[in-house]
Amino acid sequence: MAMPPDSTTLVLAAISAWLLIGALGIAALRKLRFVSRVLFPAGAAVGVGLAVAAFVAIGAPPQVAVLPLGLPDLPFHVRVDALSAYFLVLLGAAGAAISWFSAGYFRSSEGTPPGLICFQYHVFLAAMAFVLIADDAYAFMVAWEAMALASYFLVTTEHRIPEIRRAGFLYLLIAHVGAIAILLCFGVLQGGGGDYTFGAMRAVTLPAAWASVAFFLALFGFGAKAGLLPLHVWLPEAHPAAPSPVSALMSGVMLKTAIYGLLRVAFDLLHLQLWWWGAIALSLGLVTALFGVIFAAAQTDMKRLLAYSSIENIGIIVAGIGLAILYKAYDKPLLAAIALTAVLYHALNHAFFKSLLFLATGSVLHATKERSLGRLGGLIHRMPWVAWLALVGTLAIAGLPPLNGFVSEWLLLQAFLFTPTLPQSFVNMLVSIAAAALVLAAALAAYVMVKFYGVVFLGRPREPSLAYAKDAGKYERAALAALALGCVLLGVFPGVVIGALDPVNLLLVGHSTGEAAGDWLLLAPFGEDRSSYSAVIVLVVIVAVVLVTMQVVHRYYHGRVRHADPWDCGHPLQTPRMQDTAEGFGQPVRQVFEPFFRIERHLPSPFDDKPRYWLKPSDPWWHWIYLPIARAAEFAARFVGLIQQGRISVYLTYSFVTLLALLFFVR
Amino acid sequence: MATLPLYAQFINLLAALLLLLSFAMLAQRRVLSLIDLFAAQGLALAASTAIVAYGTGQHHLYWSAGLTLILKVFLLPWILYRLIRKLDVKWDVEGLINVPTTMLIGIVLVVFAFNLAAPISQLASTVTRATLGIAMACVMLSFLMMITRRKAIPQVIGFLSMENGLFFAATSATYGMPMVVELGIALDVLVGVLILGVFFFQIREQFDSLDLRHLEKLKEGE
Repeated sequence: MAMPPDSTTLVLAAISAWLLIGALGIAALRKLRFVSRVLFPAGAAVGVGLAVAAFVAIGAPPQVAVLPLGLPDLPFHVRVDALSAYFLVLLGAAGAAISWFSAGYFRSSEGTPPGLICFQYHVFLAAMAFVLIADDAYAFMVAWEAMALASYFLVTTEHRIPEIRRAGFLYLLIAHVGAIAILLCFGVLQGGGGDYTFGAMRAVTLPAAWASVAFFLALFGFGAKAGLLPLHVWLPEAHPAAPSPVSALMSGVMLKTAIYGLLRVAFDLLHLQLWWWGAIALSLGLVTALFGVIFAAAQTDMKRLLAYSSIENIGIIVAGIGLAILYKAYDKPLLAAIALTAVLYHALNHAFFKSLLFLATGSVLHATKERSLGRLGGLIHRMPWVAWLALVGTLAIAGLPPLNGFVSEWLLLQAFLFTPTLPQSFVNMLVSIAAAALVLAAALAAYVMVKFYGVVFLGRPREPSLAYAKDAGKYERAALAALALGCVLLGVFPGVVIGALDPVNLLLVGHSTGEAAGDWLLLAPFGEDRSSYSAVIVLVVIVAVVLVTMQVVHRYYHGRVRHADPWDCGHPLQTPRMQDTAEGFGQPVRQVFEPFFRIERHLPSPFDDKPRYWLKPSDPWWHWIYLPIARAAEFAARFVGLIQQGRISVYLTYSFVTLLALLFFVR
Repeated sequence: MATLPLYAQFINLLAALLLLLSFAMLAQRRVLSLIDLFAAQGLALAASTAIVAYGTGQHHLYWSAGLTLILKVFLLPWILYRLIRKLDVKWDVEGLINVPTTMLIGIVLVVFAFNLAAPISQLASTVTRATLGIAMACVMLSFLMMITRRKAIPQVIGFLSMENGLFFAATSATYGMPMVVELGIALDVLVGVLILGVFFFQIREQFDSLDLRHLEKLKEGE
């Protein structure tokens, strides 16, 4: 009797398939048709297979394997448990849709040839999958670095443009600073035993001080990848630089590998959690969320806007992790499980709606060659498919029911609101302030999304060239539709997702969410008498209200339509330039949060006959952290530069004298 | 004092020869003669390694000796000869410091090296331990030669001769390094010379000369 193959074999098969597709891409370096019509769809099929296999594996007991790869005496260990499997589902599902989109997206360009993009893209996917199943520090770091390098090359696809090379370098730099922290974190975690498998790390009992060191190294290292303050600066640079499917993959999936790493270290590898870790992670997450959303409101480049929105979402996720740590430390596993469920759910949701939006911006970019919000508008008439599908993503990210963004934010808020049971009054106060901040961030996110959607798709075209914009092709439409459907389904059937998350919760906090999981209709984490949410009922009510309203309006109002000139404010002529601009829409937020920004503003003089007004909000963290570091390095380099003579004999003398001195002192 | 076995006396003789050759290289101003001296040094090294192998029964040292013979007596000098013929460099090379001063500095270095080696020689258990000082002196003299030469090719020869000294030190202190390491170093030296050869052509292309003073322009700033 044939046994079904175990999950590690299936995941490894998917990884190998992706690598094989990548290798075929190298073989067909410049055959764009083959790459886009055969290889990328094949990659998407592998993604679907991976998602299905991993979904089955969530409920199964952990599977381990030792690969015959790696250094002699240092083989790669892999393990598929509930946490890995959940993130593999995320990777497979979002990756499949993005691959399908890529099949229609990549055209021949000046930069990297299509076959090479295909190779880098699939190595990126395979490396992310390997990060998720690695079970020793060595394999993890190899996969982690492979992931960073592959994504670096993808970001710099248009490498002939200097800004893009600079953005790529910034990304690579911060990725490596983070990787060093992660490496040190593993060094602390192994506790002096010299065994770097995760199994050995789980068995080590670290003293509280060293455990704290390990946790904060992990928070720093994974935070650099995820975009936590103050290491977020690469996101708004790298995303506009990268091709849209790559942005989608990085923002939707790669950031989640950092979340996975943080969860793995904080709940699985460390045997204890302290309450103040949770408090710090919570505060940091919320500051990041607020910062991200405020900056998103001020952006005028649509991909930068989405990048800052990613920072916000990562902030919310990290805040949720902080909350879960807090509850776990105070021994309230049910609350921890609910917070963690919200975190994991939000990670999945973000993968769907952020990929959807990034891909939609890709379609807009291809159709209009324009990224700046100031030159878009009215695209709903030209690109109805993209516009309506992007609307789903916009509503989901804005956190409106019955879509998926609402469910996870609601769950997280529930977890926040039921805290008065904590033993420390200080922490109680912190958590209620944090809940208020979370609500503020969510509301501002909705504001940002109104701006994004309204300026790009609604109103009238701001440029005459937009009249020639064409809707996306069939591959792109299908991928967008799949992601939008995912947003709807994840929103309408939360009970299924939460039920599937039970094994993850059991693994990480040792408790399931209980009865909240069982019911597919009603979501009530703390019992039906306290608070409950049923997405299906909300959906039915919304649909019913809309239909009834339409009927009523159609029947009673349409009969007496008056035809008259619209109120023209004394302007008989209206031009598209009279519409509210992206800058104008973000202005109230800029005003309110003025101290957060460094704004360069140019006001034209009244006598200027060609007045131009511009303003440039810049990230204050550059001035607070990065520029001082750069200046210090330059200052030090000037002193080191003094010994640079340019003569080889002098350099040789330096090493000779050093050698003699060392020999003299060490002997 | 107990008399040394015959092979050990031979090794001491060859060690002295090595040191003498090092001094000769330091003083030699003509490039072709420098290469001959380098080949002679390689021969002395190969001979001493073979004798150590014979005397102590360490058979892997025969391999080292053979490798040294092929690489340092035939292959590298041949490559360097060809390079010089192709590059058509001048025969005579001027040092940065005049020869007598260089020799004096060399003597100081030799004294220092023997001083340094004395405690290590007492710890080592090999028959050849007395030659450790000479090996270190060879390393330092070669380094000195690299510093005092202005042209590229003598510097490379200095580099190779330093490697000879290191090899000799390894043989005399511990009867040689593991075979893998030796093979690795041999390969490194070979590849290094080939790459430097390419560099010579590039440097000459750029500056019409192999004089390294031209490289001073590459300094940053000003």
